[in-house]
Amino acid sequence: MFYREAGQFKTSYAADQQLFPIRQDRIAMLALLVLAVAVVPLIASNYVLTAILLPFLVFALAALGLNILTGYAGQLSLGTAAFMAVGAVAAYNFQLRIPGMPVLGSFVLGGLTAALVGIGFGLPSLRIKGFYLAVATLAAQFFIPWLLVKVSWFSNNSSSGVISAQPVVILGFAFDSPVRKYLLVLAIVALMALAAKNLVRSSIGRAWMAVRDMDVAAEVIGIRIMRTKLIAFAVSSFYCGVAGALYASVYLGSVEADGFNLDLSFRILFMVIIGGVGSILGSFLGAAFITLMPIALDRLLPWAAELLNLNLPAGVTSMVQLVVFGALIILFLIVEPHGLARLWQIGKEKLRLWPFPY
Amino acid sequence: MQFFFEVLIGGLLAGVMYSLVALGFVLIYKASGVFNFAQGAMVFFAALTFVGLQEKTGLPFWIVLALTLAVMILLGVLTERIVLRPLVNQPQITLFMATIGLSFLLEGLSQLIWGSDVRRLDLGLQDEPIQVVMDRFGILISKFDLAAAAVAGVLVGVLAVFFNKTRIGRALRAVADDHQAALAVGIPLQQIWSIVWSVAGFVALVAGLLWGARNGVQFALTFVALKALPVLILGGFESILGAIVGGLIIGAAEKLAEVYLGPLVGGGIEGWFAYMLALLFLLVRPEGLFGEKRIDRV
Amino acid sequence: MLSVDNISLAFGGVKALTDISFDVREHEIRAIIGPNGAGKSSMLNCINGVYSPQRGTIRIGTETFRQMDPNKAARMGIARTFQNIALFKGMSVLDNLMTGRNLKMNCGLLAQALYLGPNRREEIEHREKVEHIIDFLQIESVRKTPVARLPYGIQKRVELGRALAAEPRLLLLDEPMAGMNIEEKQDMCRFILDVNDEFGTTIVLIEHDMGVVMDISDRVVVLDYGKKIGDGTPDDVRNNQAVIDAYLGVAH
Repeated sequence: MFYREAGQFKTSYAADQQLFPIRQDRIAMLALLVLAVAVVPLIASNYVLTAILLPFLVFALAALGLNILTGYAGQLSLGTAAFMAVGAVAAYNFQLRIPGMPVLGSFVLGGLTAALVGIGFGLPSLRIKGFYLAVATLAAQFFIPWLLVKVSWFSNNSSSGVISAQPVVILGFAFDSPVRKYLLVLAIVALMALAAKNLVRSSIGRAWMAVRDMDVAAEVIGIRIMRTKLIAFAVSSFYCGVAGALYASVYLGSVEADGFNLDLSFRILFMVIIGGVGSILGSFLGAAFITLMPIALDRLLPWAAELLNLNLPAGVTSMVQLVVFGALIILFLIVEPHGLARLWQIGKEKLRLWPFPY
Repeated sequence: MQFFFEVLIGGLLAGVMYSLVALGFVLIYKASGVFNFAQGAMVFFAALTFVGLQEKTGLPFWIVLALTLAVMILLGVLTERIVLRPLVNQPQITLFMATIGLSFLLEGLSQLIWGSDVRRLDLGLQDEPIQVVMDRFGILISKFDLAAAAVAGVLVGVLAVFFNKTRIGRALRAVADDHQAALAVGIPLQQIWSIVWSVAGFVALVAGLLWGARNGVQFALTFVALKALPVLILGGFESILGAIVGGLIIGAAEKLAEVYLGPLVGGGIEGWFAYMLALLFLLVRPEGLFGEKRIDRV
Repeated sequence: MLSVDNISLAFGGVKALTDISFDVREHEIRAIIGPNGAGKSSMLNCINGVYSPQRGTIRIGTETFRQMDPNKAARMGIARTFQNIALFKGMSVLDNLMTGRNLKMNCGLLAQALYLGPNRREEIEHREKVEHIIDFLQIESVRKTPVARLPYGIQKRVELGRALAAEPRLLLLDEPMAGMNIEEKQDMCRFILDVNDEFGTTIVLIEHDMGVVMDISDRVVVLDYGKKIGDGTPDDVRNNQAVIDAYLGVAH
């Protein structure tokens, strides 16, 4: 009833190809942006900003990166965290070693460095597919953090390989409070999400999906498979690299390369699976879900234990987390392989009729 | 030179352990086309269940072994029932991701039930050098490792016979080739999958006991089990022989690299060396040592 | 415009093609027929470089190649469809057809990320071309439907559309009418003839339906067990003893 596109006719291809062809979607998106930029900073507590919104945005960016590679180009990667590590360490070093390096510039350079490394580890994808590639990306996952810790130059000779971010100052404006940090990350993530959406609806995005769906046919219509896959690796790693840089220098402040471990890679993979493989929106939904779930469990478990008069040993929450993650992944793959994004879409289709289903 | 041989043999014997884990992967891959990422978690689960049961019940070794085996078979049947059956004919990559979920589930579950402390597991085998070889050649070979190798050898022999000579084995191979075609000729898919996951559970139990006795039963076991992946890349996903040879190569290469290459770069290369080796190997021979080369028909 | 000379192709010990030569003239419809396993699809795969023949050459226009590669073939204006539909299943009809025009789009990565400006102009310009093809094939109503949801006959049509989107000089069709009913076949024949007429596209097609082949093709090549056993106009071929033997069998 309220969500209907009836009566909204398109008279040009330009109008038909815009980002949100349905008016209601445009309004909703605008409202969401206003909410995120104007309302949230006013009402959100520091805890919500730093413990929920910041990690959510950073992880959404990383999930976006992985989704480009896995969801759109069809190349499964288990090494996301390694590319984040490259971005974080590279951005840190660019800031440290080049005097007068602007912060945003160092993020971009960090992303580009990650992209280069991504291309390097993407090279095997030219000859191998599927699980073989997944194992190949594990090589990146184990090798890169090791290298970043071993070569102490990367962490400016700090004893345990910890890199500590400098204050983030852009054009004389210090992003030091949680609200400011949040707004900075929000701006970066929103712009990069828009760019990702643009990429996947342009020729490169179609080339990615073509290679994913049927590589022989893609080759026959003139898509260079090698180039397409490597671009996917580069763009994906760029996103992960920037996410890593934000993770280290804005969200956590200091981080060691060992923190970018297999566990983090899996966490981001789960965001993509639960959110929706091959969906930009899904990356955000998945990131929100995976960020919120442990927090919810932390709150719920003691409460449930008290209710049942159980004594919770320490460390149980993290075990329960593992179980819940695992069970959810299986559940989603069985029930809705396209994740939350598809559920959202189905909800919208239902909404077209609601509240008068006939 | 003596030292070299010692390292080499030690590596080969450690490789046997990798082979054992890899064997579980190959079994499931051959029979269901599923790349079972959870095999490592199954090894951990099996070992922890065994130790846990032993502690709780105090029953003799063989009874606990039988109980654990029963648990692993139950696990296999449940996995088929709950995870695989609803995912028949889904893309392989979906099944792969489901097994990643399964591995998280198992890791969490086993630690919830049995706790997350490091346990000792005693099989009554001593990790001491064999005196004869020590005296004759001056090379140190652990009794334990040798026994493990013997167990692995027997297991492989039994499995090879099972796969190639029995009716179930033939059905397994048919299922691996094409689920739908196998169903169409009346092979009970569900039953076959349950069987193969149970067998894989058994292999995981053996691997878990050996690994656990050697290094203690702990979460790190799952990382060691992950090393089976580069082994598979080397050996090819579909070859039992490949799993064995791949394991030996990885085990030996890793030890040699750690000893001779490690000091040059500051050590700790065991964590990634196997993966990088596999990665380089992929560039030369993507289908593995014993894998079949595929010709795509269009 | 195309000629294949002494092509031989083997997979291990299996000889798929032995010493095949034939030519295709500008603007004609050339059919390749033969029993199952005669090597027809392999022949197409050699022409556009999916397979590399061990011996022989392929001449396109004035250039001669020892072997093609699929990309080069696409760039030289060769497009094709597949025996088992090879559409991009996760994409809409429109996107499948747009992908057919990827070769003609040159915006860089950054322009695509920004979308506005040159990339938007390019997208719209190609969208117009693609809409012409959608019109031509009468698939307007499904243009935004994911191809996996479409019935078989329409999918075949979409695949033809994707090949046409590349504006090819030479179109290779691998059993475009396999598994269709009479009406669908008639539609498809009409499309093929129209493409040949309106766009002047040269067509090489593989087909099992003899009626169709004899009706629409200008000349026919007959393959059997990887060897050429006949070549000529439909009438020539119909009266060729070797061809009759291959199709009807010989008394032993």
